[in-house]
Amino acid sequence: MRNPAGKREPGSQADLRLPRSFVERGIGSVLLVCAAVSVVVTIGIILTLLKETIGFFQRVSFKEFFFDTQWTPLFSNKHFGIWPLIAGTALTSFFAMLTAIPLGLMSAVYLSEYAPERIRKALKPSLEVLAGIPTVVYGYFALTFVTPLLQKVIPGLAGFNAISPGIVMGIMITPIVASLSEDAIYSVPLSLREAALALGGSRLRTTFRVVIPTAFSGIVASFILGMSRAIGETMIVTIAAGQQPRFTLDPRVPIETMTAYIVQVSLGDTPHGTIEYSTIFAVGMLLFLITLVFNLIAHFMKKRFLRGVL
Amino acid sequence: MNKNMEEHYRSPREFDFSGIKPEEAIITTDNVQAWFHKTIALKGISLPIARGKVTAIIGPSGCGKSTFIRTLNRMHEVVPGAGLRGRVLFEGQDIYSPEVNPIVVRKKIGMVFQKPNPFPMMSIRQNVASGFLLQGIRSDHLDEKVEYYLRQAALWDEVKDDLGKPGSSLSGGQQQRLCIARALAIEPSVLLMDEPCSALDPIATARIEDLIHSLRGRYTIVIVTHNMQQAARVADYTAFFYLGEVIEYNRTDTLFKNPANKQTEDYITGRFG
Amino acid sequence: MKRRESGKNVLNQYPADSGVEKAFKAIGIISLILPVSLLLILIIDTTADGIPRLNWSFLTSFPSRFPEKAGILSALVGSVYLIGLTAFIAIPLGIGAAIYLEEYARKNRITSLIEINISNLAGVPSIIYGLLGLGLFVRIMSLGRSLIAGALTLSLLLLPMIIMAARESLKTIPQELREAAYALGADKWMTIRKVVLPLGLPGILTGIILSLSRAIGETAPLITIGALTYIAFLPESLTSPFTTLPIQIFNWISRPQKEFHVNAAAGILVLLIIMLLMNALAIWLRIRLQKRNV
Repeated sequence: MRNPAGKREPGSQADLRLPRSFVERGIGSVLLVCAAVSVVVTIGIILTLLKETIGFFQRVSFKEFFFDTQWTPLFSNKHFGIWPLIAGTALTSFFAMLTAIPLGLMSAVYLSEYAPERIRKALKPSLEVLAGIPTVVYGYFALTFVTPLLQKVIPGLAGFNAISPGIVMGIMITPIVASLSEDAIYSVPLSLREAALALGGSRLRTTFRVVIPTAFSGIVASFILGMSRAIGETMIVTIAAGQQPRFTLDPRVPIETMTAYIVQVSLGDTPHGTIEYSTIFAVGMLLFLITLVFNLIAHFMKKRFLRGVL
Repeated sequence: MNKNMEEHYRSPREFDFSGIKPEEAIITTDNVQAWFHKTIALKGISLPIARGKVTAIIGPSGCGKSTFIRTLNRMHEVVPGAGLRGRVLFEGQDIYSPEVNPIVVRKKIGMVFQKPNPFPMMSIRQNVASGFLLQGIRSDHLDEKVEYYLRQAALWDEVKDDLGKPGSSLSGGQQQRLCIARALAIEPSVLLMDEPCSALDPIATARIEDLIHSLRGRYTIVIVTHNMQQAARVADYTAFFYLGEVIEYNRTDTLFKNPANKQTEDYITGRFG
Repeated sequence: MKRRESGKNVLNQYPADSGVEKAFKAIGIISLILPVSLLLILIIDTTADGIPRLNWSFLTSFPSRFPEKAGILSALVGSVYLIGLTAFIAIPLGIGAAIYLEEYARKNRITSLIEINISNLAGVPSIIYGLLGLGLFVRIMSLGRSLIAGALTLSLLLLPMIIMAARESLKTIPQELREAAYALGADKWMTIRKVVLPLGLPGILTGIILSLSRAIGETAPLITIGALTYIAFLPESLTSPFTTLPIQIFNWISRPQKEFHVNAAAGILVLLIIMLLMNALAIWLRIRLQKRNV
């Protein structure tokens, strides 16, 4: 059979030179630009926040921001003490973690140590559905369902409060905590469990004395990431926690979180250039820095954990 | 590192008994040294590869035989951390000189891998024609060509009614012949085979060996194998590699019947490796 | 991460569980079931509230001062436009970045800087992206409180998610197939286009659809850039003001009248149905494309 391509006889002089194609040379740089966009975004976030924050601190002293205990930028008698917003955020986040840590950790231990492989594989993704539900829906749930329910149990609970959105936020964060803790617990080598077993430890003891301590920094990393999510969460607390910045640790009364304040101002007609307008960037800067620190701590704890295990 | 490598340089005459004359060689390597990060894989290989012949590379695992054939079509550099010094002359041109495009080199020097790796998203027909697709060439008479190269790879009769099926639906041995057809379709003059039978059963192995015999003469074949019987069955020339060096290079029958080097003798009689 | 496949049985060979163990196991199961059952209650509760209001005129009416006349037309159309536009911007950027990091980037400082940066961006609260959008797109680029400003903001928010999902997918493609393509004389870009991308597509698409379904529920960053809560017309161009479904829902929730809460419930049902459909689409696409890839 004749070769349909009319092949050149082997041995004829070959020319190995051929410029690389135009696309081949250009595409790497185009793709690099795509990847660099993410860096530009970070720089953009920092510059945007910094610009207005600097403007803010030219008019309001650090001392007032960090030591005054009233936050009333929208009133005629303006105070710029950040503490009421921090207290609000801390309160709702506290109740969120109070819900998410036990639920998430127990789910993780059960999935990793007790559940049959089949159930583990089926349940993990279905938990993640929980994390995908829009937060505005959770907010509606907190306001119209959980708060009335809690009002029957807790005397003096206002219609807007820190407990109800906190708990609902905790439900939303549970899958994140559970999934990340489970990863950590699951990656504890089997040989460690077998060693504990061989020493006559019960399964429960093995889990709590060997497995969890080994996975500890990985588990704590999942708590910190969950915490960072709670601090940055916006719609649930805006809808169900109220919009009254109050320097209190009473979870039953309306409060305001940092995120809810940003929404409150954004909903109004605050003109660009005013002090009210720049407050949301100052609050945003603080929020950005807090979550960044939490995320970085979680990142390094996770890294340390993985180095320790592998 | 480079200083150390100079010490390893030996003149070809010490181990090369093949008697291949320069004009008979299609590829000549000249003191090829290769490494991954800080690990040295080849310590200066100088070998002629005879045109139209089958050359086998044997040696214990880790001796650098796979690395060596990957330096012949510039596939070595695809691995992260890989580095190389020395020259590989193909038809008298150094394939590592800066103006050479590795893509053209790979079109002239095809390769078949250890594990059959047909493209899973392509049919049998598309797999054979994948070289054209990947080089961005629009090709006429595609059906004719597919048939021609499947016949070359001794696979046509088994698959002619299933050309639309995915390549991964074939058995391991058929997949490997499909990969050979795919490699032949880009019309190389040299075919490198990196342990092509290591993942196959004895019957499939025999079919590949038959195929190598039928391709002899039209193509130059370099085959890496850990199976000495296979080298003895298919190769005209055999090189024995050990610890990144060529220990002995000769006509296959001489090398196996009358090795010049003690290490070669130990290896082929099964005393180590 | 490669998972242990066997081994569970070793642990299951314990002697009969003690009472404490049984109690602990029960706690574990309850911890798993509790959030999921709360989710069920949420859905049932919302459905009960919203289903009477969910009819054709609800879908085809503009918002109104009268709860029984109000509808979600402008919000629904706004959401669809916004997500379409966001996908158009974020998908090429995200896939491009993923290809760069997986296929082109050398392991050096710049690459690890980009990687750390992306994983950090994924943890930045969405409302911060809203502030970025407000400062950058609305003010500096003077796009106003427009559809395009919203889409750009959401694109930046989605970018880390899409990049990470696409990278996961590209990581699963065996190196041998890339080598096979190189050995056939393909250049890098051809190898990516004809081998890597077709094989990675099911995973990439699933990741994209899932992140878009997250985006459709995003509220906070859009409120921050000033998407309006009351709009009685459809967006006509990229620079039109707009509203979206979750913003409309939020608006109704924040009204004191109970009747508007019913509208919110109905709106939530529509939102959840859209998300459910998108998730189903992701699963269907994945199965279909994987079949093709056998």
